[in-house]
Amino acid sequence: MSEVSLVVNGRKVSGAVEDRTLLVHFLREHLGLTGTHVGCDTSQCGACVVHVDGKAMKSCTMLAAQASGSTITTIEGLANGADLHPVQAAFKEHHGLQCGFCTPGMIMTATDMIRRHPEGLDDATVRAELEGNICRCTGYHNIVKAILAASKTMSKASRSKAKKAA
Amino acid sequence: MGIEGIGARVARKEDKRFITGAGRYVDDMVVPGMKHAAFVRSPHAHADIKKIDVKAAEAMPGVIGVLTGKQLKADGIGNLICGWMIHSKDGSPMKMGAWSPLAVDRVRYVGDAVVIVVAETKGQARDAAEAVEITYKERKSVSDAVEALGKGAPQLHPEADGNLIFDWGIGDAAAADAALKSAAHVTRVEIVNNRLVPNAMEPRAALGHYDKAEDHYTCWTTSQNPHVARLVMSAFYNVAPENKLRVIAPDVGGGFGSKIYIYPEEIVCLWASKRTGVPVKWVADRTESFLTDAHGRDHHTTVEMGFDKNNKIVGLKVDTIANLGAYMSLFSSATPTYLYATLLSGQYNIPAIYGNVRTVYTNTAPVDAYRGAGRPEATYVVERTMEIAARELGVSPAELRRSNFVTQFPHQTPVIMCYDAGDYGASLDAAMKQADYAGFAKRKSAAAKKGKVRGIGMSCYIEACGIAPSAAVGSLGAGVGLWESAEVRVNAVGTIEVLTGSHSHGQGHETTFAQLVNSRFGVPLDSVSIVHGDTDKVQMGMGTYGSRSGAVGMSAIVKALDKVEAKAKKIAAHLLEADEGDIVIENGALKVAGTDKNVPWFQMALAAYTAHNLPAGMEPGLKETAFYDPSNFTFPAGCYICEVEIDPETGKTDIVQFVAADDFGNIINPMIVEGQVHGGIAQGVGQALLEGAVYDGSGQLLTASYMDYTMPRADDLPSFQISTSNTPCPGNPLGIKGCGEAGAIGSPPAVINAITDALGHENLTMPATPSKVWAALRAGTKH
Repeated sequence: MSEVSLVVNGRKVSGAVEDRTLLVHFLREHLGLTGTHVGCDTSQCGACVVHVDGKAMKSCTMLAAQASGSTITTIEGLANGADLHPVQAAFKEHHGLQCGFCTPGMIMTATDMIRRHPEGLDDATVRAELEGNICRCTGYHNIVKAILAASKTMSKASRSKAKKAA
Repeated sequence: MGIEGIGARVARKEDKRFITGAGRYVDDMVVPGMKHAAFVRSPHAHADIKKIDVKAAEAMPGVIGVLTGKQLKADGIGNLICGWMIHSKDGSPMKMGAWSPLAVDRVRYVGDAVVIVVAETKGQARDAAEAVEITYKERKSVSDAVEALGKGAPQLHPEADGNLIFDWGIGDAAAADAALKSAAHVTRVEIVNNRLVPNAMEPRAALGHYDKAEDHYTCWTTSQNPHVARLVMSAFYNVAPENKLRVIAPDVGGGFGSKIYIYPEEIVCLWASKRTGVPVKWVADRTESFLTDAHGRDHHTTVEMGFDKNNKIVGLKVDTIANLGAYMSLFSSATPTYLYATLLSGQYNIPAIYGNVRTVYTNTAPVDAYRGAGRPEATYVVERTMEIAARELGVSPAELRRSNFVTQFPHQTPVIMCYDAGDYGASLDAAMKQADYAGFAKRKSAAAKKGKVRGIGMSCYIEACGIAPSAAVGSLGAGVGLWESAEVRVNAVGTIEVLTGSHSHGQGHETTFAQLVNSRFGVPLDSVSIVHGDTDKVQMGMGTYGSRSGAVGMSAIVKALDKVEAKAKKIAAHLLEADEGDIVIENGALKVAGTDKNVPWFQMALAAYTAHNLPAGMEPGLKETAFYDPSNFTFPAGCYICEVEIDPETGKTDIVQFVAADDFGNIINPMIVEGQVHGGIAQGVGQALLEGAVYDGSGQLLTASYMDYTMPRADDLPSFQISTSNTPCPGNPLGIKGCGEAGAIGSPPAVINAITDALGHENLTMPATPSKVWAALRAGTKH
């Protein structure tokens, strides 16, 4: 057994887990955060993407013990209270989801993608960056549209924030 | 249309829970005392079970029970069945081999379930599953359907001599032969429709809970049709009588057909729950999904299409061998027959058609309906043949199609279907305009200057949705009726619950169905709840597949709404002291037409429940139920055009343009319909370029993970250019045709027609991977 202690969605959590426990299973089964999904056994589908210390990671590729000491954000912790994160809002507005199963991973990946591209995104970049996330419902058309829209919204917001600060 | 009513592009009500991680899928369910299951599966494609030793497994930590097929049989659990009877040409019934939920003495494909292990944790269940010792005696296996029909092929089921399940025909063989004989030109094509794995992103799962106190079972399962699951598990598998079995399909992460069927796992989890005394949850891992979800397609077909000297089609003859895998899945017999050969007329006037279909057992996963189910196979046959014929005849593929289009409706084809409405020329024109078809030659030569090879291809598909009517499908062998039910409950405060037998697993019913109610009564979407997926809540329903939820499910809701409206108007007329015939519903109120006298909707509802002042003799309350049985199939149709650019150095095909022009009849929510088309096209392009299930010579599935089976990813696909036209369906009250499968049906031939146009010859099978295209560029005869 391993003792793990981490911050998940702003809350300190700790517990004893079997050594082989993956981060995704710790989140789902120990913490009840079932928004993070498991869609494959080979770290291909990306349904399990969460943010580990601010970076998008597949939580099925990491042991819970490895994540000990980290700060994790899951899909449940992305919105600011009742206010949806701009990426969540864009997925809804642009119909970027159907069955919803890949959606948490898509949104977590997209959020990190937008953060890493403050210069903005284009269609080809978004498609290339979605390499690690599989969706079977949408044909990606509206996911790409949603991510591009969220990227614009967020850069506008950060520009106006910067202006205010200046 | 109002801002929330029919025709409005309303954002989905269900999205909130999915984008915040609050969706509830089967694997998210936790029941007090719940334990976990793992299945021991056959590692062999074909073998006799000589001995099963569970002692070591039973002694493993955390193990609660290790159960075998013998125990299951001893408890009277029945074999799995196929629910659609097909008779061979000689009148004999199809040959259904026995399929025990846990194999007893023989396994017939890699993944066949043999033993269930129940343990405290998932890890412990898997560890113990490894410790189950099964002694097998291997038999020779066969994976390919054509080989399975051959002399000396390994035999799978004693019931099916030569592995032949049925040899079925449709149409007029003599007329088709005569037509081909008289034809000025006959185009002959050999076609392989590649085997696909549906790959809903949520793996299948089941949670069985036997409640001893009530002697009652509950099953949470990843189902597209929970009521059918309950019916079949009660009536055929002897799990429990219907009144003692509740089936719940909560949020389901995609289905595409693969979650229609009742699989061994849900039956075994329910049974194991009673046996072990604990709730039992099983969740497939992805490789289990690859091995055991019903696969799709897998046809070998020869086609002969005859034309007269004016290039009019005179006859069509099709001979298909369909691989049904190791056992007959629930609707496996209907998919390559009534959902396939009945569409062989395509969008065309074809005076004589004959289709022959032989279905075959092989040592592979069962094959059943996958998005489109038979119709993609038919469309691929017809549209590849039309394209090749145009090339052989030296005429424009568009004009060859146009000159053969059905233009008068209703149109009776020689293969059962009676097309009710359509304008195929309109879709063709729209697609050609959108694709700038006329400008292709210029683009092709521009690409050539960059060293790239361009091709363009089209596909004019027709499909049949909302399988019906029940009496007709019954006469064709269906074991169920294909109606739908609805219940509309108006609450005392005027909010509305619609209980539907349709099941949403991505289609957005919670929004679309509410839009219908909003259009009728002006009640805001937030005040309308759509309830589905629970046999304790909804009386009976047939579920969602075959693009039936709009055409059939919503029609049932319309019927129930009609009844609610009639009663509501009676109540309002009484309250307003007006004539019932003068009452109209506008802006959330019941009004006396032409006056300002009105009673708000919620007040009428309250009056129905206080019952203080109702018309004499009227029952209190406002709740109505309806069952709707359609009079005919619906016939969505359209034209897809694909333009590809191939890099001759690598063989990689880029789709540079994909245009879809569809006629779905009336549309409730264009945004949701577009999403359905996008997803369908992605699956069709996946079939054409990327996907294919491959079994090796010993029956091992080589493509059993996302490392080996190529799923379409974002950078494999373009953004799609789509549009719709509308000839309303005359057969249902909303004029809806259905849109769920069109993309997957219409797109594969468009893609392959484009690539073969670029190649200059027809020697190419799906999936057209870079290595195949690279080789094809260097081989074959130019056309």
